[in-house]
Amino acid sequence: MRWLLLKDLQILRRSPLQAALLIVYPVLIAILVGLAVSRGPEKPRVALLNEVPQNARVSLSGKKLSSANVQRRICGKVECVHVDSRDEARAKVESGDVLAALILPENLVNKINSLSTLSPGVPHVEVLVNESDPLKAGIVDDKIEALLAQANLTLAKRIAVEGGRYLNLVIKGGTLPVLGGGVDILGLEASARILEAIEPALEDGALRQALSQVTQFAEEASENLDIAGPLIQRLAQPIAVKKVAVGGSSPPLETFAIAVAATFTLAFIAVLLVAGSLALEREENAFPRLTRGLVSSEALLGEKVLLGVVVGLIVTLLMLAGLTIFVPLEWGRFGLWLAAIVVGGASLAAAGAALGAAAREVRAVSLLAFMVTLPVAFLSLVPSGTVGTGLFEVIKVITALFPFKPTLDAMTSALEAGNGGIGGPLLHLAILAVAYTAIARVALRRFARV
Amino acid sequence: MSFEAEPGELVAVIGPNGAGKTTLLSILAGIQAADGGEVQTGDGAVGWVPQQAALYRRLTVEENLLLFARLEKHEDPQASVEEMLELTGLGERRGEIVARLSGGNQQRINIAIGLLSRPGVLLLDEPSVGLDPRQRARLWEFVSALAGRGTSVIFSTHDIQEAERYGDRMLVLADGEALFDGPADELREAVRTEAPEAADRDFETAFVAYLQHRGH
Repeated sequence: MRWLLLKDLQILRRSPLQAALLIVYPVLIAILVGLAVSRGPEKPRVALLNEVPQNARVSLSGKKLSSANVQRRICGKVECVHVDSRDEARAKVESGDVLAALILPENLVNKINSLSTLSPGVPHVEVLVNESDPLKAGIVDDKIEALLAQANLTLAKRIAVEGGRYLNLVIKGGTLPVLGGGVDILGLEASARILEAIEPALEDGALRQALSQVTQFAEEASENLDIAGPLIQRLAQPIAVKKVAVGGSSPPLETFAIAVAATFTLAFIAVLLVAGSLALEREENAFPRLTRGLVSSEALLGEKVLLGVVVGLIVTLLMLAGLTIFVPLEWGRFGLWLAAIVVGGASLAAAGAALGAAAREVRAVSLLAFMVTLPVAFLSLVPSGTVGTGLFEVIKVITALFPFKPTLDAMTSALEAGNGGIGGPLLHLAILAVAYTAIARVALRRFARV
Repeated sequence: MSFEAEPGELVAVIGPNGAGKTTLLSILAGIQAADGGEVQTGDGAVGWVPQQAALYRRLTVEENLLLFARLEKHEDPQASVEEMLELTGLGERRGEIVARLSGGNQQRINIAIGLLSRPGVLLLDEPSVGLDPRQRARLWEFVSALAGRGTSVIFSTHDIQEAERYGDRMLVLADGEALFDGPADELREAVRTEAPEAADRDFETAFVAYLQHRGH
């Protein structure tokens, strides 16, 4: 077996371009996919015209927010392109340079501040959108709605606080600030106490009875409006979110991205190399000569799987070592990395052997390996809840039949503690390795035919 | 069918496409199982040289020979390689990548690999296909020398002239049936007897007429 392994490595060395492509291409794909899954979507570019005066301040329930602060909050959610006029904003939207333009009118802060007064206005912002691209229009709608929902929630909370203060003033009494001065408000509780004090001084009759009714109303109103205070607070956010994590902890995005990158590399190298190498035995007409007493089919399969594991292990470890320049990895878990790479690589290589035994030419096998590996790899990255339940069950079955997903699970577990046990994925991979080797063994019988 | 090959004898297996030449050689080589019957070999292994060169084109001549000598578990693989390089006359090209060699030289290495098992019987499946006349001449010189050393050579060919020139005996196959087994002179006589209208034509044309008379 060692001579065959040496031969395959010699052939690989003699084909530097193919070897480079075999290694560079999956590593490149792996890094790109890793970056794609570890980063959220890019912020949409939005033109921002801020006509609000620099010194204007949002002032609600005693808290103040400067105009610059508002602008900074908006630009944290989108990529702001500052413009100086409506025409410039319109031009940028029409040219497609920005997805939309957000215009904060001059009176926006005044209108917001009026919300906590007795004569509230209706604040508005203006959005310019180019609807020629429905996809982009959808993104803008979602983003602007999210921005406004967040702003409205903040304002509603403060308005609720302000409303509560007014309500408290009606119940308890106090001073209502008006035009720089103050108006004293007696309050329902004090009114009730005064009326109760006056009531005994009146003779029994219609007047005393009427006064008694007013006193009772003041007391009941005072008690019931006390309950209304918290209700007004809840109006700002009727449904609160209580997040409870169930079904195990998800790995940190960085760890997951590294696991994806490593698995992509391992999968492409093991599957393509083994499939291509086995098909090469056929293409070079060497298979019947080898299996005519020199090497058994099982030994040949074993050698190919070993080739995939060895090359896959070297390249994947080199890639992980390279990634440590950018991301800290737990080298103390190196043993688990090895287990995941070796068992995953063996299973993927066995799948490659099954593919390699199914076709006659290296080119056809390479195409077949791509056609199988790439879609399965991407299906393995589909998270639950993003597609229908039925479809997700189908995806789960498909991805369980190919070693990519269990290798990804094993790599994720191996890279960092707390990402689930590695035993399950390794057992899954071992079963798949045996199954694919058996399939490859059956398919190899076709090879023996001259 | 039933036939024997003596040590040092060159047996040419001829017949039209689909006659069963490659199948016969594959059964003799042990690659394909026969529906019935048996194959008996004397001392020594059976060397098999497939029609298309079965070697690694990205390895050098020496690397190919060394690999198969190691797989044959030779005690001194390097010595076996030197012996084969001398036999094939490719010693000076030992370091060349096989893919860069001519078809004739590739076929010589193909045969040399078949000889590594030190066979008593060498099976050659259409060994001269794709070779130019000069390469063919060198190939047959090489094969004749092997037979001269006592190796029984059984080769298949489409080329009736080649079979007549290099074969000591001719085995004519058609549709899996042996129609004739004997020297070339006897085959010419058989053709003359069974297809007299073509007796004055060239041997190939007469042979085709013979096959037609036999219903093939």
